[in-house]
Amino acid sequence: MKNTLKQVFGSGQFMMGFVIISLIVLTIIIYPLFNPGNPLERIGIGTFFKPGTYVSAFDTVNARQFYTLNLPDAEAKRVGSKLSPDDRVSMMEWLVAAGVSEEDIDIEDTDSFVQLWWDTYDPNVRFDSMTTAFRKKIGRIDVALEGILEDMDVIIAKEGEDGSLAQSSVVAGSDYVNVADVANVRFLPLGTDNFGRDVLKEMISACRTSLLIGLLAGAIATLIGLTLGLLSGYIGGIVDDIIMFVTNLFTVIPGFVLLILISFSIGQEQRGAPVVAIVIGLTSWVWTTRSVRAQVVSLRNRDHVNLSKLSGHSLLRILATDILPYIASYVIMAFILQVCSGILAEAQLSMLGLGPKTTEIPTLGLMMYWAMAYTAHLGGAWWAYFPVVILIALISFSLNLMNTGLDQVFNPQLRD
Amino acid sequence: MSEQAPTALASDLRQDATGIPVLSGKGVTKVFESGGKKNVAVDHVDFEFRQGELVSIVGESGSGKTTLVKMLLGLTAISEGDIYYMGTKRDISTRGKKKEYWKGIQAIFQDPFSSYNIFHKIDAVLLDCLNMRGLGKLPKEKKLELITEACSFVNLKYAELTNKYPFELSGGQQQRLMIARIFLLKPRILLADEPTSMIDACSRATILDMLLNLRNETGMMIIFVTHDIGLAYYISDAIYIMERGKFVEHGKADQVILTPTADYTKRLVNDVPKIHQPWDFSVNFGK
Amino acid sequence: MGKAMLEVRELTTKYITRFHEDVYAVDHVSFTVEEGKSIGIAGESGCGKSTLALSLMGYYFPPLHYTSGDIIIDGKNISGMNPDDVRVKILGTEIAYIPQAAMNALNPTRKILKFIEDVILAHDPKQSKNDIRDLARKRFEVLNLPADVLNRHPVELSGGMKQRTVIAISTILSPKVLIADEPSSALDVTSQKLVIKMIRDMMDMGFIKSMIFITHELPLLYNVTDSILVMYAGQLVESGLAKQMIFDPVHPYSKGLMDSIIVPEEGTRDVKLTAIPGTPPNLKNPPSGCRFADRCKYAQKLCKSFEVSMRKFGEVSPEGDTSERNRAYRCLIPVHELKESYDKEREGGLSS
Repeated sequence: MKNTLKQVFGSGQFMMGFVIISLIVLTIIIYPLFNPGNPLERIGIGTFFKPGTYVSAFDTVNARQFYTLNLPDAEAKRVGSKLSPDDRVSMMEWLVAAGVSEEDIDIEDTDSFVQLWWDTYDPNVRFDSMTTAFRKKIGRIDVALEGILEDMDVIIAKEGEDGSLAQSSVVAGSDYVNVADVANVRFLPLGTDNFGRDVLKEMISACRTSLLIGLLAGAIATLIGLTLGLLSGYIGGIVDDIIMFVTNLFTVIPGFVLLILISFSIGQEQRGAPVVAIVIGLTSWVWTTRSVRAQVVSLRNRDHVNLSKLSGHSLLRILATDILPYIASYVIMAFILQVCSGILAEAQLSMLGLGPKTTEIPTLGLMMYWAMAYTAHLGGAWWAYFPVVILIALISFSLNLMNTGLDQVFNPQLRD
Repeated sequence: MSEQAPTALASDLRQDATGIPVLSGKGVTKVFESGGKKNVAVDHVDFEFRQGELVSIVGESGSGKTTLVKMLLGLTAISEGDIYYMGTKRDISTRGKKKEYWKGIQAIFQDPFSSYNIFHKIDAVLLDCLNMRGLGKLPKEKKLELITEACSFVNLKYAELTNKYPFELSGGQQQRLMIARIFLLKPRILLADEPTSMIDACSRATILDMLLNLRNETGMMIIFVTHDIGLAYYISDAIYIMERGKFVEHGKADQVILTPTADYTKRLVNDVPKIHQPWDFSVNFGK
Repeated sequence: MGKAMLEVRELTTKYITRFHEDVYAVDHVSFTVEEGKSIGIAGESGCGKSTLALSLMGYYFPPLHYTSGDIIIDGKNISGMNPDDVRVKILGTEIAYIPQAAMNALNPTRKILKFIEDVILAHDPKQSKNDIRDLARKRFEVLNLPADVLNRHPVELSGGMKQRTVIAISTILSPKVLIADEPSSALDVTSQKLVIKMIRDMMDMGFIKSMIFITHELPLLYNVTDSILVMYAGQLVESGLAKQMIFDPVHPYSKGLMDSIIVPEEGTRDVKLTAIPGTPPNLKNPPSGCRFADRCKYAQKLCKSFEVSMRKFGEVSPEGDTSERNRAYRCLIPVHELKESYDKEREGGLSS
């Protein structure tokens, strides 16, 4: 036993997978301790705030003190933050498509370029070659351009009791605030999603749910598969025939179609995460049954089993001591794969809108579903789905890596 | 672990069968059916094995000898015919009756490496034998004494085996441990299914010698199943020759091997390479 | 003395285990096979006899690695050649190799003639298919294989017939050396006899110029080969003519092997079988001195520290018997002393 563990953890592939999955699990446990609160809290009013540090504008202008810093490149940066070289190229593409001659456009001269843009741009104009994503991008650029050419000081005014405005302070281009003086700063490493939730916080909570769904689904599938496989393989005869009939029936019906039908008929209201996990588990035991049965059939006639029978041991004892330990490594491997496919199945179901109830808990699949429903991929809001995709891939990769590592340790045919 | 060379000649240990019949069969048949096709593995065989006898069943692969072994052990159902144990018809219809039958008949299998549960230590294997004989409640010292005795019977030292797993031993030692198990169980009948075929020739003699000693000390009836006609000739009192599910010839070892009557036996004896007589290539039985 | 077809000089090959340990499975082995002669290799499982067969082909793939020594086939040294060259230039024409499971190596979807075409065309792409068919038919005829086998698929043939067919296919180019590793162990005795008869016919007809036959069955070896080598723990321990080796072994290990022979012949029932106690050493770190010393009942103090090499008898035998000329053994104890001990034991055994 000790030796086996040593061998398992000596396998580079298993170790790598194990380290990745451990890091993920650790993050799930530790992150909420540092950032407590409801992961589904809607902190942003509006959709898809991009990743970054958010500083309260109110606190900024009301900061205790303004500092004047005379930085030579301040103006250029200010323009650059609103209008990147890439944006300029996109704008030019639009202008050219709108019929402006390429020679008339001076992409470098911000003043004339922006002026030309304001003169020409019409959000209602559509070209045949223009994709929706491009149109949305152009729209975003246009909004960002507002006020780009102004270089006057900004006057902060306060509303008096009578409704009149009175100037309270003036903010010049060279005025700065120390972030330490700003009371409300919120760091959103992955921005917000369509509901205005913190994506990172939501994703970590979703990852926890998805792993639990995978574990529950995997445990159910493995347990059913193992029990049926053991009985069918060891007892044989009529028991085998019946179990194999049912198994074959389930093999013929594509598991995923069955999963969709069951999920659909349960209905949105009843579909909590545990229910989804159980449904996934109940539809994916087939291959485990078949392979466990095959292993047991080859073990059944082994001499050590015969000897155990000759020693008068009972059926349960033979199954538990002479069969199960021999296939344990195999069952563990099957379980790991079942967990992995459980997580993927949840993601697939959720993408189809058949996942767990949508408002109460986040899952990785649901996050992708919402990102897709709100066309995050078209709006350039990569943070709403890409980290989720990476996380699912990482979980799947690490579990498969562990499985391959185990396979190399336990499968004598792969030993070199 | 020390091993001693055999001390007695096999011929001194052989004896004539005079005991009472312990196991006999009439018309024992096994038919396998698959996909509507009938395959007769064992075809109406009759036999009678007596107390203290060492009988060999010789057959090549596919002759049905393994199926016959399984039927004799009660691991496979008989399609037709009857087996008589201690003079009465064998009844193994319930688990209790089976357990009782298995107290009287035990086996040693061909491949020692697959005969042991690799998760059980040697101690567990041997203690289980005592449990089976109903000696589970004996004091620990007494159990240890019995186990040590069994190990020394096969020239193994229990002190060197305790807390070890069977697979840590060599093939020959594992097979001897199997014999120690039989020594503890003391069944009436031992079925040895090719016990030496996976073992190097130079450890084979030890195993054969121990089987003969076992028979001589306990009066056990031993059924030795093999494909090696030379081995059968060396060890047995009587030989049954099996071909395609049937016994084509049986009798005393000398008679069957030296003056065979059945064509199959003649061919078998003729085709085995020899060292004292020239190997006869001329006769071709046209296969 | 005939022309040497295969000369092996101090051949050493090793396995590298997955824990990066070196296991020298063939350790400084030297012998010569002359034209028209066959040599047998005997020993317990794990003694290195099958590894020797693989090594002789010059076809190394991990974990087996060539270390040192020469393999000279008909004057041409093939040791150290790269495996691809070996496959193209050596296998088939110089060396043919038949393992125990050869009969299971045939692709079941192709006809026998196709395999023969493959073998011949691989070495001589210009041969016409008609010539090949004629050659194959003629060869099958003289070997007593029915010619219609050529047009059958492997699955249609019985195990023994398949093995004979494989041997005929792999020797179609009349190789200089045939290496047969337990070619008949998986067969029943009658098929085994037919395989052996065919191999002997091929030797007689010159289709194979020399042969190395490996088996653990000593009576078989005695009937097939001219001389026998006994291997123990990767080394040769004794060599000599088959008859001498079976009936008059000198090395204590060979003696033990020969004393374990069982044959169904009159009188053999009353011969005492002996066993060699203990197990062969672990080749990961072989013992110093004689590797057999731990199991040898004649071992003396020096045996465990002093390593002996193979010694020819001519130099040792006091009788000067010429038939002993080609015999050699690896033991510290003189031949006559060993033989005296054996005689004494035999008399002791008879009187008791």
